[in-house]
Amino acid sequence: MDLKDLYQDIILEHGKSPRNFGKCEKYTHQAKGYNPLCGDKVEIFLKLNNEKKVENLTFEGSGCAISMASTSIMTELVKGKPLETAKKIIEAFLNMVKNTREIKSEDLNEDQKTKIMSLSGVKQYPMRVKCATLAWHTLTSAMEGKKEEVNTEGID
Amino acid sequence: MIIENIKSQFPIFSKQTNGKQLVYLDSSNSSQKPISVINSLDNFYKNEFSNIGRSIHKLAVNATNRFENTRMSVKNFINASSKDEIIFTKNATESINLVATTFGQKYINKGDEIVVTELEHHSNYVPWHYLRENKGAIIKFAPINNDGDIIIEKLKDLITSKTKIIAITHLSNVTGTIVPIKEIVEIAHKKNIPVLVDGCQSAPHIKIDVKDLDCDFYAISCHKVYGPTGVGILYAKKKWLDVLPPYIGGGGMISEVKKEKISYAPLPEKYEAGTMPTAEVVAFNESINFMNSIGIENIVRHEKELTNYALEELRKINSVNIIGNPKNKAGVISFTIKGIHPHDISTIVDEEGVAIRAGHHCCQILHEKFKLSATVRASIGVYNTKEDIDILCKAIEKCRKVFDLK
Repeated sequence: MDLKDLYQDIILEHGKSPRNFGKCEKYTHQAKGYNPLCGDKVEIFLKLNNEKKVENLTFEGSGCAISMASTSIMTELVKGKPLETAKKIIEAFLNMVKNTREIKSEDLNEDQKTKIMSLSGVKQYPMRVKCATLAWHTLTSAMEGKKEEVNTEGID
Repeated sequence: MIIENIKSQFPIFSKQTNGKQLVYLDSSNSSQKPISVINSLDNFYKNEFSNIGRSIHKLAVNATNRFENTRMSVKNFINASSKDEIIFTKNATESINLVATTFGQKYINKGDEIVVTELEHHSNYVPWHYLRENKGAIIKFAPINNDGDIIIEKLKDLITSKTKIIAITHLSNVTGTIVPIKEIVEIAHKKNIPVLVDGCQSAPHIKIDVKDLDCDFYAISCHKVYGPTGVGILYAKKKWLDVLPPYIGGGGMISEVKKEKISYAPLPEKYEAGTMPTAEVVAFNESINFMNSIGIENIVRHEKELTNYALEELRKINSVNIIGNPKNKAGVISFTIKGIHPHDISTIVDEEGVAIRAGHHCCQILHEKFKLSATVRASIGVYNTKEDIDILCKAIEKCRKVFDLK
């Protein structure tokens, strides 16, 4: 196992300077996620427009490099996508880190696939999968308008 | 006894993973097991197994004797007055739950107060919280200062006529603070308040003398004391065990059972219902023998030296921040590194063969106090060496390199 599989430059860079950080204006959906094992917290702010398209997607929170990078990359890839496409990307991501290490998606271009694939190394570190999936589960929760906080111990 | 020879008694250290030797610095979580303990488990199951205290065949008599021998060793190990004061439980958590439940049932009413501290592990807070939920008790937290020492004067101020019990750790599993239990017991006893001590972290690392401490209850987890999982100890003064109600009901803890009434077994069986972890209790005797063969004074000296060395070496590394600086510190060192999350540190040093823990270590109150969500913790066992500390420090330097820290 090579640490570079896990800590690729793109992850370290996103971890240090996360994109779309902060609370976006006029968000329509919001959800909180919590990983009780490490105390990591994330809050997702989603703005859907009238055509059910993700007009804006931002987050606040703190966590390890993996969780910060995963959240940051997620916001980049999902922003601008129709809601249904966004849901498919979430599914493809979760399938990649939990099962296949491959990204199967018709909704992402090659650059975007490279970006999302940078997180695939997590699959080799079972204790770290939840760091990577927390934000994605929280985004699903926000889309579904769920009130209760996402807790990583109840999922995965 | 030469401390260098200790590691060789632990089979786990003879293996290599990815060409790296194991550097185990997670003993506060659980300790590794010496070969004598492993052999005892093996031998008991292969050659001596029987349930205890019930049948009268030879195997049962032998198993019962072996089981009771451990009780006697524990009594001597912690200097209790009688073996009837030693109750075997599942772990220290169950020991504390036993006291919280039975003591709570008999003595805690609405508005009564329980004093704990900000140092406590969740297992010395949650059981008391049940009494807050179920009985309307009030829980007060004795504060700690930035060094991680309990502020005794503030603890004194929390005691009122409503205070029914004080529950306090002997050794913090985050800051390594060794708490002046004797002093606190004296304060409490002046007001006739009993004291429960969570001895989970202290039992493997410092001399335990319950007579000298004069505490009322003392909880130990054997798996942290180089023993098997599934066994814990509750020491309690006989005067309490005599009057407190039983905890878990079932076989082995009764004297006579009628349709109308039940009478309970004498001590210590009153608190040992159902089949006990027999092989594990028997094997724990070997853990005590292991500790005694080195000598607690030698263990303390070796671990103190290593702790000081580790603190010195870690402080040399830029951006390492050690949590707390207690007056009297054992080999538990929690720290953060500016710019790297504890989970990332743990994963990277793991690749170098170094096992440490990252997270809140079941002490969220303490982490909140220090305004941290997580820390990294290196905790020392008797088998650790200066070389282990050097490998840890090198691995931390690697973290800094991966994260490109200056």
